[in-house]
Amino acid sequence: MTSTNPALRHQVIRIYKDLLYLGREYPQGYDFFRTRLHRAFASQKNLTDEKKIRKGIERAEFVKKEIEALYYLKRYRTLRQRYDKS
Amino acid sequence: MSGLRILVPVKRVIDYAVKPRVNRAQTAVETANVKHSMNPFDELSIEEAVRLRERKVPVEEIVAFSAGPPKAQDILRTAMAMGADRGIHVQIDEKEGKGELEPLGVAKLLKRVVEKEKSNLVILGKQSIDDDAGQTGQMLAALLNWSQATQASKVQVEGDSVIVTREVDGGVETLKAKLPMIITTDLRLNEPRYASLPNIMKAKKKPLDKKTLKDFEGDFSARLKTVKVTEPPPRKGGIKVEDVDGMISKLKELGAL
Repeated sequence: MTSTNPALRHQVIRIYKDLLYLGREYPQGYDFFRTRLHRAFASQKNLTDEKKIRKGIERAEFVKKEIEALYYLKRYRTLRQRYDKS
Repeated sequence: MSGLRILVPVKRVIDYAVKPRVNRAQTAVETANVKHSMNPFDELSIEEAVRLRERKVPVEEIVAFSAGPPKAQDILRTAMAMGADRGIHVQIDEKEGKGELEPLGVAKLLKRVVEKEKSNLVILGKQSIDDDAGQTGQMLAALLNWSQATQASKVQVEGDSVIVTREVDGGVETLKAKLPMIITTDLRLNEPRYASLPNIMKAKKKPLDKKTLKDFEGDFSARLKTVKVTEPPPRKGGIKVEDVDGMISKLKELGAL
């Protein structure tokens, strides 16, 4: 596998690892998350155009933010149910 | 004033998403092999301390503190990943609910820590989601004889006074007090950030003091005795009635009519 740009390759690996780390708390389980994440990244492995790779990284960053927001909301709603509604 | 020295006590509790189980002897909740995380209300306190700094309020230092089993260090790392500068861990050996500090013990311990660290603002979670006592902050305020603002939903610092907004029945209440003071956090204070992997890695380089109860002066032994811990009764399922007459007779049976 020859990478077009080693810096980009590094970025892709880093966001992949970040997402994997986030997935450990995924509601449907880590295995569910990991296989899907792997598939999503593998489906993009043929990208060679630098612009497209950057787009892909951007999308991954977006997904990361979405998952963080999902976790926050899930916890907030549960706590509100338990402590705020009387 | 040289700046805020914030102390944030955090607690390691059973994760909010886990359903707690009572142990067989009915003395405590099962904690072995159960997922633990930082008490959500304490996450709010850390976040608020970090946000104060980000809002250019002069914050000299944010110290995270935890008293608990060795694994409480992971929680302190999370706190430092979120933005605390350093951590203090007082190791306590808990076994099946024994040896655990009760709120008064924690408050006495915190008083010593506050004196030692010369903190002038303590931000605590309003309660922990495991024993739900909701007492530590108030007890600490009493022991230190400081002002307190409980269940804050907004915190503003102006010079050496702090303005805290709290949600009360049918509106909000605004309190103003001079430093030093105690603040406890309510659910809607802020949205805690996620402790990301790179930040947790960086947090491993931040200093973490390890201590034991013997390093502090005072009596932290428990005064309360847990008599029994039981699970709530299971919810009884409803029934379907055939028609209106059926419903009325059922209601009569229950004494509602």
